[in-house]
Amino acid sequence: MNDTILLAHGSGGKLSHDLVERKFLPLLANPLLDKLDDSAIFEANGRLAFTTDSYVVNPIFFPGGDIGRLAVCGTVNDLSMNGAKPLYLSLSVIIEEGLLMADLERIVQSIKAAADEAQVNIITGDTKIVNRGQADKLFITTSGIGIIPAGIDISGANAKAGDRVILSGTIGDHGIAIMSQREGLRFETLLESDCAPLNKLVAQIVEACPNTHCLRDPTRGGLATTLNEFAKQSNVGIAVEEDKIPVKKEVKAACELLGFDPIYVANEGKLVAIVEPGDANKVLAQMKQNCYGRDAAIIGEITNDHTGRVIMKTKLGPSRIIDMLSGELLPRIC
Amino acid sequence: MKFIDEYQNSELAKKLAQRITGHSVRSIRLMEFCGGHTHAIMRYGIRQLLPETIEMKSGPGCPVCVTAIGDLDKAIALAHSPGVIITTFGDMMRVPGSYSSLQQAKAEGANIRVVYSTMDALEITKASPNKSVIFIGIGFETTAPTIAASIVKAEKERIGNFYVLSFLKLTPPVMKALLGLGEIKLDGIIGPGHVCVITGSHPYRFIPEKYGVAYVISGFEPLDILLSVDKLVQQIETGSPKVEIAYRRGVKPEGNRKALELMQQVFEIDGADWRGIGIVPQSGLKINNKYQHFDANNAFSGLLRSARNDKPAKEPKGCRCGDVVRGAATPLECKLFGKACTPEKPIGPCMVSSEGACAAYYQYGASYE
Repeated sequence: MNDTILLAHGSGGKLSHDLVERKFLPLLANPLLDKLDDSAIFEANGRLAFTTDSYVVNPIFFPGGDIGRLAVCGTVNDLSMNGAKPLYLSLSVIIEEGLLMADLERIVQSIKAAADEAQVNIITGDTKIVNRGQADKLFITTSGIGIIPAGIDISGANAKAGDRVILSGTIGDHGIAIMSQREGLRFETLLESDCAPLNKLVAQIVEACPNTHCLRDPTRGGLATTLNEFAKQSNVGIAVEEDKIPVKKEVKAACELLGFDPIYVANEGKLVAIVEPGDANKVLAQMKQNCYGRDAAIIGEITNDHTGRVIMKTKLGPSRIIDMLSGELLPRIC
Repeated sequence: MKFIDEYQNSELAKKLAQRITGHSVRSIRLMEFCGGHTHAIMRYGIRQLLPETIEMKSGPGCPVCVTAIGDLDKAIALAHSPGVIITTFGDMMRVPGSYSSLQQAKAEGANIRVVYSTMDALEITKASPNKSVIFIGIGFETTAPTIAASIVKAEKERIGNFYVLSFLKLTPPVMKALLGLGEIKLDGIIGPGHVCVITGSHPYRFIPEKYGVAYVISGFEPLDILLSVDKLVQQIETGSPKVEIAYRRGVKPEGNRKALELMQQVFEIDGADWRGIGIVPQSGLKINNKYQHFDANNAFSGLLRSARNDKPAKEPKGCRCGDVVRGAATPLECKLFGKACTPEKPIGPCMVSSEGACAAYYQYGASYE
């Protein structure tokens, strides 16, 4: 018989303790977590950033990552996009009964690996087990606290006309990698999700350019949605060139097949930075030195024209508006 | 996959556009039949490359958009009946019917699953032996062969709880109906590339022969479309309309024999109700007698009849999707466009579908010149 999660693992009794002590604590151990009090206590000085996000991805394992890595990277990245240095995470897991213990172990290992890579500790957590059908295998919520270095003011509202728009690498990898595994849409691809913690990349950017205006990771809704958010928040126009936006050829091919535009496909390890024109090359050079910024490129600039809107010069030459993603990305029928 | 960048080359596009401008003298009106073409044209800004002599109209080639509202109501009625699982392409979910939508029905408890192909619907059927699984069969000659294949497979594997509600439609008869209507004068048609992979080019010969309208079958990359426009302009300027294939890497004149045979094996030709056009004779595919036990229209006939009598179909007020699919109005001419009707809160199907003209105009900002 396969070793699986039982409803009894959520009873609060001995099995619950066993689950936490055997499957979570040994891997995630650190002095703050190990105290096992009702809350973790720590000191922090300065401006703090606080964020939370829930992860319900299907499938839970995908090429290039899994729900555990995603839950750590997503929250680390949300903190980083305000220039914060991530310190601590919480980890709350809702498990559907019947989940294979081996799958849970794999996910916790992946959480540890991602946390180690990002150099953050998980200092408090919770597990709940629900009846079959009340959750889909495993849902994870992570919250994070980070500290913002003095003098850093990064916000989506800070873009100014003339600023340059820098993208840290190829777009659409995560969305297409996930879709290639979805029920009924399976297609063969060597493509992997770009799921990665970007805090070190951000630290390098901010060190090179403390005056960085905006940072954001274009996750669901893709690059187009992030650029539109900047345009509206900062009340500026944005002009980008389709030719300058790096897209892997596998992503291009899958998008052509399915009828998608890569600018709307999700990423989990990319960021968009908006900096003053004089800082652009310096920031670009820094980004290229980081393994998660190797393919970085300047893709456009901020303008005073068409405020609130993003215009893209298409590959063929003419320009068009790019709007936020509306509705869901659905493959074409014919 | 090779050949993507090659068909998006901006230098070649410029040259083609210059050539078109060079020999386009008469003011002409072209229709891109297929919604996929409308999207590519908007996405790459192809209209901005074409001379003012060329007017482009969008056509009815969007499976969701031409599904009659009464047919959509049928699907919603079936969704509400106990013991039924509805399987459908995702685009259908958000299209408002007369009273509700599949999305609304799902929120109210109906068991509806979005699938990407009919074969997935068959997998769900096998995994749910105690339910009746109904696939909402929309589309043209592109989706018809796979739907036929799923029915043949279900027969072979003796799957007794699988049904198809066929709203499948054929493209040559509706082109004939549009041209016969004479509502808008067309000089040329950009033929639907994917459809013609299946049908071949022969079924469209009546278009130049009977109506004197040029017809060029096109692929979906920007250079494919420009090349097709170039060929159409040449045909029109020289007064020699004919059927041409500008999508040689996909389309053979005789089509895909195997797919056509499969369609013949499972379906028979019947009239079909097209949104905005009405009943077009011999433009639909109905499941034939041999496979009638897979026909949801048969298996659920009582339920469908009473649903229709209780709640007759009615079009949403002010929506001009019907005019848009005929090319009689552009999305911008609809008073609801971008105001009451947006992709977030669509009123008509053309704003929902990823192949709909209104969605293309909205997404790609037709107002920006």
